[in-house]
Amino acid sequence: MQINDVVIIGAGPAGLSAAIQCRENDLRVTVLDEFPKPGGRLLGQLHQEPTGEWWNGIEETKILVDKAEKLNTDIRCGVSVHHIEKLEDHFVVHTNKKNFPAKNILIATGAAETAAPIPGWTLPGVMSIGAAQVMTNVHRVSVGEKGIVVGVNVLSAAIARELQLAGIDLHSMALPARNAVSEDQANPRLVMERLVRIAHLAPSAFIKFGSKFAKFKFVQNIALQFFPKGGVKMWDMPIHLRKAIKEINGTDKVESVTMVDVTVDGDIIRGTEETIPVDFVCIAGGLYPLAELAAVVGVPFQYSEELGGHVPIHNEAMETSMKGIYVAGNITGIESAKVAREQGAVAGLSIVKNTLQNATVDGKLKVAINNVKATREAATIQFHPRIEEGREKVTTAFNQLT
Amino acid sequence: MTTKRIVNHPVLGKLEENKKITFTFDGQSYDGYENDTIASALLAHGIRTLRKHEESGNPRGIYCNIGHCYECRVTVDEVSNVRACLTPIKENMVIESGKVQPSPLDPKNEGDLPRTYDEFIRSEEQKKNANK
Repeated sequence: MQINDVVIIGAGPAGLSAAIQCRENDLRVTVLDEFPKPGGRLLGQLHQEPTGEWWNGIEETKILVDKAEKLNTDIRCGVSVHHIEKLEDHFVVHTNKKNFPAKNILIATGAAETAAPIPGWTLPGVMSIGAAQVMTNVHRVSVGEKGIVVGVNVLSAAIARELQLAGIDLHSMALPARNAVSEDQANPRLVMERLVRIAHLAPSAFIKFGSKFAKFKFVQNIALQFFPKGGVKMWDMPIHLRKAIKEINGTDKVESVTMVDVTVDGDIIRGTEETIPVDFVCIAGGLYPLAELAAVVGVPFQYSEELGGHVPIHNEAMETSMKGIYVAGNITGIESAKVAREQGAVAGLSIVKNTLQNATVDGKLKVAINNVKATREAATIQFHPRIEEGREKVTTAFNQLT
Repeated sequence: MTTKRIVNHPVLGKLEENKKITFTFDGQSYDGYENDTIASALLAHGIRTLRKHEESGNPRGIYCNIGHCYECRVTVDEVSNVRACLTPIKENMVIESGKVQPSPLDPKNEGDLPRTYDEFIRSEEQKKNANK
């Protein structure tokens, strides 16, 4: 039986750029992904950089896939991985198609969306904001006539803009009403704090949006108290921090939402219920690292709020504390696709270095590690302002383990 | 083909004309494009409900659209629990929506059944006391 040098799980920006590095050094590589086409979440991305240039995920994916294909990379889509088995001297990746034995595994599974349930959220027409993004930009199918975005954060603002670009009408963006699960997302103070801290990094209209609060930076409380009733407009769409969605209504599908006013602490103000007719609702709860496969094979984890949740403990070279298991991309913390791509190159070079025992890769690896840092510093969309702290926490945990 | 398609896009450009594919959903014939998933092809026809909750019968559709939430499970060519959001449509594919399943317990009597071991012990004690 042919044993792969490496099986890469996830054909997003991290997985593909790792595959390219491995193939350039002639390793036997198989890339697996359960989506029908490669690209992962990069496929849906579409935003304007502060320079005015468009970041087009479909084009960026094509560049990576073309490069990987030129190197005869074995990319298999529609394959779902459900287990990684650790044997004495190699691993076996269990999938819905067949088992793939491999000496090394790169887990580049990306992120999943945090659920922010509100009553009525199982009705057809309610979807995660990422679902709407994929439907709109990848499948080119309109998700509805008029919708509303529940959850205000950097990701939902970026995707709301993408929906607008595709001609989809949005009523507004508002918070989820507070309940047992939506605690942070429903707190206007926390939401505003996060928005203000990222505003200076984000694309043009977002900068304008942020600057409306920037002057209130030290008096955000006042800004919230006097938050305009009609919301603050970004790209002509109101963003509400003092209004929340309490319930989604409908019999067989979404027909309307119930919007309420909330205090600066997110408490519902009684008697302010308003029914807004919509036919779709996008729930935006933020992203967390999709890391189950690292857990089943036994990689130790570290919790970091800054990175978006529990992440497999790893070092700068993208090695986990388990020999032969590597990680790259959003599984290591929620960051932009550009950072994921650079991390993938690091992971690929680490695998090459350890497999071929080749010291000449050292220089390249160092450059790649520096590229990750440089890309992080220059990032337009940063999901958490203290990402560096989170990274340090994980590196410290790695050093303590090894 | 239908009005739900985003044909013109200011940045992504005009939608490429892909090969048409015909399939059936709950016995009715529909068409979609090559590269469509079951979920996108149906939504293009305005169909949101992909299954009924197995027990309650509540309607469900896509939630995450990338295979994580399993809300879009349908039966494809007699294979059940296939995720509509990850499965590309194929010519003559036979798709059935997820249906309500027979329940071993009559939901009407659910209120009488103990839900925890604690409740079970208490109900047993109540029965004993009633017999005294």
